[in-house]
Amino acid sequence: MRRLTYAEALNEALHQLLEADDSVMIIGQGVTSPWYVGNTCVGLIDKYTSSRVIDTPVSENAVTGAAVGAALAGMRPILVHPRLDFMHYAMDPIANQAANWYYMFGGKLSVPITIWGIINRGGEQGAQHSQATHAIYAHIPGIKVVMPSTPYDVKGLLRSCVYDGNPVVFIDDRWLYKIEGDVPEKRYSVQIGKGKIRRKGKDLTIVATSYLVHEALRAAEELAKKGISAEVLDPLTLKPLDEDCIVKSVGKTGRLLVVDGGWTSFGAAAEIMARLAENEGILEIKAPLKRLALPDSPAPASRTLEKNYFKRAEDIVREAAKLVR
Amino acid sequence: MKKLEAHLPKGLEGLARDSVMLMHQKMVTIRMVEDLIAESITKKEVGCPCHLYSGEEAVATGICANLRKDDWIYSSHRSHGHYIAKGGSLDALMAEVYCRQTGASKGRGGSMHLSSPEIGFPGSSAIVSGTISLAVGSALAFKIMNTDRIAASFFGDGAADEGVFYESLNFAALYKLPMLFVCENNLYSTHLHISKCLADRDLVKKARAMGVHSTSIDGNDAIGVFKAAKKLVEKMRGGGGPEFLECMTYRHRGHVGPNYDLEKGLRSKDEFKEWMDKDPVDLIERKIIASKLATREELDAIREGIQDRVKTAQKKGFNARWPSCGSDSAFVEATWRRRE
Repeated sequence: MRRLTYAEALNEALHQLLEADDSVMIIGQGVTSPWYVGNTCVGLIDKYTSSRVIDTPVSENAVTGAAVGAALAGMRPILVHPRLDFMHYAMDPIANQAANWYYMFGGKLSVPITIWGIINRGGEQGAQHSQATHAIYAHIPGIKVVMPSTPYDVKGLLRSCVYDGNPVVFIDDRWLYKIEGDVPEKRYSVQIGKGKIRRKGKDLTIVATSYLVHEALRAAEELAKKGISAEVLDPLTLKPLDEDCIVKSVGKTGRLLVVDGGWTSFGAAAEIMARLAENEGILEIKAPLKRLALPDSPAPASRTLEKNYFKRAEDIVREAAKLVR
Repeated sequence: MKKLEAHLPKGLEGLARDSVMLMHQKMVTIRMVEDLIAESITKKEVGCPCHLYSGEEAVATGICANLRKDDWIYSSHRSHGHYIAKGGSLDALMAEVYCRQTGASKGRGGSMHLSSPEIGFPGSSAIVSGTISLAVGSALAFKIMNTDRIAASFFGDGAADEGVFYESLNFAALYKLPMLFVCENNLYSTHLHISKCLADRDLVKKARAMGVHSTSIDGNDAIGVFKAAKKLVEKMRGGGGPEFLECMTYRHRGHVGPNYDLEKGLRSKDEFKEWMDKDPVDLIERKIIASKLATREELDAIREGIQDRVKTAQKKGFNARWPSCGSDSAFVEATWRRRE
């Protein structure tokens, strides 16, 4: 099958969505800049009208509100925030308006908006150019959160988000953009709320999110050399979480390590562990449930500190080995 | 027709009798609804917080009289007047104030969250300045869709304390959107006088600085509001870009609830009296009588009819059933499959 990078797959998804449906629009900072948001938006402004490909001033709050208002009026906006750090400015239209609108008015109008936020960190960028805030959004009722990790899934999930009918926060990671994978040319959807087993194993389950799926797969290779068979599970959607998939896997392996790129306390990993702890389907656990996420401190700049702060395959190997020992 | 107009006092020329009488009817309806709700709050029948619109009726009425059903207006926590002026159902409003299943938002919203998309009222939000950017976005959508619909947001002077207000003005000006910013300047942001919120109270100047054409008018004169809005709406439909309209007005009651905030010393009795003398409902009635569109007796009969309708809606709402538990979902499920 044809190979594309993650960024190319995302670009193809955007082209196909804008081409097929006049109600789809993309709005946000940098969509017509010479960098095209990590090349994901290449060619859009050349092919489609500037009223549906809108590069905006840095007014995150108003621009997000405008995208919500356009969605209410019948558009299907894809709103891009090139860094999740900047999306904090947009919390009101996301958490107060978009998230509540359908419920608060008794189901009269829904908000079919895709809020695409990008994790962009490393390279000594420091605390305000590093944040992975997916758990914050997953906490809010009325918001779905997806974190596609492969070129195939990013193309299919973007389509599902645009046509979901609800506000979906779609989070990717610049560290994923050069990863290659098989991507069909046709249009297709990947279902929101379904996890995938990326590698089968029997000794422990590693649930990893977004970019860390790839680190977890590298870790599983290493673990295999040590005689440990790790199953790698990619939830793809944080909310609604595919609890069945996780329960089934941990029911089989008896051990869980959650690896997440957000902060540790009250994070995505905590929620996944809590779901398992509450689940009556699992009767036998062979080791304490364990998580590996960022320390509860802001991201550093210095590369020596960064190396310790962000988690990699070797950290996963170390934690996993402790559980199986 | 010319002959009739010669009799009209200054300011009523060119307005059809029906338009004036319809505005009067809307304004009286709003006033009576708010009075009845105030009474019901005092009796502890209403549970949710209510921000009453009494005293500001001319703004919503004068503006909405120029809008079509498919134009969209967004509102704030003080939303009853806008909802009624745009043509919202009284039964649904009263039931929502009582948080009943038959309410405009099925009891999920309460007084601050009314919605009626079929009349161009997508919703009202309780976050100050919260719907301004939403209205701007709907105006953007109307423009992308090549329609001549316009969007409006009603907000108070307190909204000018928020950053998103300025961002939204700039955004609407930048893309020349058919967006009407309606600022109901009632001099207070919750308990705090505008002089304690804004170093510079000239909102027209501020909106103009963002690139939006701006006007300030007497917001208690419904006829004046109607005429100003008519001009602006026509301009916007013709692609003239956004407009900012400041309507100077006054809320009779306090920020929230049935009281008048006088006993707490939040505003002076002199100021209150000065504005009560400029009551918008009184004003339109005096104009109607002076111009012989109707007599006092005829107006009283109209009032009686409205009172009956409002009371019926109130009773119906109060006696309606409560929402039942267990059927709530924050999501629309898979609507796109049907569409595709």
